[in-house]
Amino acid sequence: MTIDMEQFHQVFFEESFEGLDVMETGLLNLSPGTADMEEINTIFRAAHSIKGGSGTFGFMDVSAFTHVMETLLDEMRDGRRQVEQRGVNVLLGSVDCLREMLAAIQSGADVDADSVNQHQKELEVELNGGDGGAANEPEEVAVEQAEQPVVSSVKPGWHIIFCPHAHLMKTGNDPVRMFRELEELGNLIVEADFRGLPEIQDIDPEECHLSWDIRLEGEIERQEIDEVFDWVEDDCDMTIISFADEAGKSTTTVVEKAVSIESATEKPDEPPSTKAASQAAPKPATAAKQPNKKPAAKPASASIRVDTAKIDSLINMVGELVITQSMLSSLGDNFDMTRLDLLQSGLSQLESHTRELQQSAMGIRMMPISFVFSRFPRLVHDLSSKMGKQIELKLSGENTEVDKTVIELISDPLVHLVRNSLDHGVEMPDERVAAGKPALGTVHLNAFHRGGNIVIEVTDDGNGLDGDKLFNKAVEKGVIEADAILTEKEKFDLIFAAGFSTAEVVSDVSGRGVGMDVVRKNIEALGGHVEIRSKLGKGSTFAIYLPLTLAILDGQSVAVGDETYIVPLGSIIESFNLRSEMISHVAGRGETFRLRDEYLPILRMQKLFGVESSGTEDSSDGLLVVVEGQGTRCGLLVDDLLGQQQVVIKSLETNYRNIEGISAATILGDGSVGLILDIPGLLRLAKR
Amino acid sequence: MASILAVDDSASMRQMVSFTLKGAGYEVIEGVDGVDALNKARGRKVDLVVTDVNMPNMDGITLIKELRALPNYKFTPMLMLTTESSADKKAQGRAAGATGWIVKPFNPDQLLKTVKKVLG
Repeated sequence: MTIDMEQFHQVFFEESFEGLDVMETGLLNLSPGTADMEEINTIFRAAHSIKGGSGTFGFMDVSAFTHVMETLLDEMRDGRRQVEQRGVNVLLGSVDCLREMLAAIQSGADVDADSVNQHQKELEVELNGGDGGAANEPEEVAVEQAEQPVVSSVKPGWHIIFCPHAHLMKTGNDPVRMFRELEELGNLIVEADFRGLPEIQDIDPEECHLSWDIRLEGEIERQEIDEVFDWVEDDCDMTIISFADEAGKSTTTVVEKAVSIESATEKPDEPPSTKAASQAAPKPATAAKQPNKKPAAKPASASIRVDTAKIDSLINMVGELVITQSMLSSLGDNFDMTRLDLLQSGLSQLESHTRELQQSAMGIRMMPISFVFSRFPRLVHDLSSKMGKQIELKLSGENTEVDKTVIELISDPLVHLVRNSLDHGVEMPDERVAAGKPALGTVHLNAFHRGGNIVIEVTDDGNGLDGDKLFNKAVEKGVIEADAILTEKEKFDLIFAAGFSTAEVVSDVSGRGVGMDVVRKNIEALGGHVEIRSKLGKGSTFAIYLPLTLAILDGQSVAVGDETYIVPLGSIIESFNLRSEMISHVAGRGETFRLRDEYLPILRMQKLFGVESSGTEDSSDGLLVVVEGQGTRCGLLVDDLLGQQQVVIKSLETNYRNIEGISAATILGDGSVGLILDIPGLLRLAKR
Repeated sequence: MASILAVDDSASMRQMVSFTLKGAGYEVIEGVDGVDALNKARGRKVDLVVTDVNMPNMDGITLIKELRALPNYKFTPMLMLTTESSADKKAQGRAAGATGWIVKPFNPDQLLKTVKKVLG
């Protein structure tokens, strides 16, 4: 039977990467000097699983490497080794190395052998107590070559006396199975010995009272017999002796030599009949020297792990849908107007089931944000020690579920924001103490739902942003004019401008100020935006707002001339009839209207998109839709509000090209294309 | 055909074991850890248990011990999947009532050979 092991590789890689994350988190939680057994056990288990899997699936380098890690962890687990920061750091380094190894193997690239050797050496040095002594080669070397010499003068074969202990069968073992196996090796003669049988009234039918005298004839290796009895060697008394030895231990010198070699292979305190089972098993370390067969390079297929409850609910929903469908179709077979009620209720059921089905299906793509958050403890640990700062990372809302695509794409921007907080936000310990703050700074990562959005916040209790400093810097860099009037918020937003850096010293942590603009661009590409809240001396919060899902949008259809546009429902604050007396003209800002205490600009959609008017008078009876994007608001003047519906987002870029002010397109109920408005983009467009 | 309870917390190993055994015609019940396996084993009887040792919630050795205490599993063969580095694990397993072990890493052929050997 040949089985293509490659089909299991993807799952193996996924669980190994998860295992590495578990190890990393565990190692970071270990505090030197103490032994948190549960934590060490968890780390050990993860290493052990990777080792077992990699060996089984043929990644011998990985298996050998993990073996050394595992040995080190095993010693910590047994209390033979203290948990020390140095050891933890070496293990953390090995986790990284292993992650790179696996990633390389997965993508079919070359493993960086130098790095692997380097880490392996470090592990071995650590294993040998840090004295840099000789790398400890796995035990068992010379003995295996010692072949059992076969003595030709006597008939080949073995005499086995097998006396199982009474409880043998309670381990699920069965003497009959062993006889069956022996029979496959050669000609078998078994004689039962009834002498151990107790009186009939004393017999426990669950126990084994017999013993056997076995003669096995044929050219058989001793090892083959040992394998048969391998599982029961501690549950029986047994003697195994070759016919040749039995015939006379001194017949030839060859025989004596054979015996001495044999006894040399055995542990001194064991009877000659038993042999350590471990000798049969190949050591991964030796196997690793064989060339590793590389899988063909191919793109890793993405898979997703889904809670079975989600799948159950999906299947349940499909069941409901099928019932509704069959009801409707039977209704359609002989329909008359008296049954209109039934039809309507059937259709409304269909609608609700479809909506629920859609929600369940979307739910499958949802994953907890902890997938992203879990990498930050390490990042903060490494960077803060590198920078000489004392920083504690707090995580909350890790179970907030986010679309898988968001998980994949938000990671880099988030890393940048956290690095930025570590580098520019939290001050050095002495500065903090001088400012009356505790030396230990805090960076808080928080995720939660608000309205139709996921909000991810990076908060630090550092120095906060200095709006005036940012402003002066921006003027200096030519990002804005010196006479520009900006609100505090707009000043903060300057740090997202391209080519803007406020750090006096450019560090290798958050780079050269390239990036913050990329951060915003990436977040906006996901349909989200970033907001900054900051108080000088107290700290800053960077809040990322993201849509719940990227595939479907709750939209408000609006009519502009003969065209239909979709406004994301989440961005609409309110809508009302605009009367001409509400409009005022402000110099430099065009038409505005007053909404409570605020003057907001009016965007005339007809004019903006150059849509032919179908009779709407200039301003008097238009509808104003007040929308918000990136913390600023404006009013969109449209001709009519049509209805709310969920629309499936179709990328405009892949089907056409990118258009400012439009984020995507959708197919409307009547089959025509509706464009989805990009509110932040519209606001930028309006400013020009 | 004989039924086998295959227990491993690693999805890839579990899939491999399950796929191999199903391919040979056995009925396979999968368990993700000791607790899950014990729940699945209760109230029924399988012909063979193949379990990993290192698992969260309940390890393979405890699982074997717990199963052995059930009347249905008094004489059921139970194999541990273990690595060569854990010789003491074998002793612990045997004390708990394990029938034998399959040494990791193993390939599907070795697994099948051992299973056939036990089930006859």
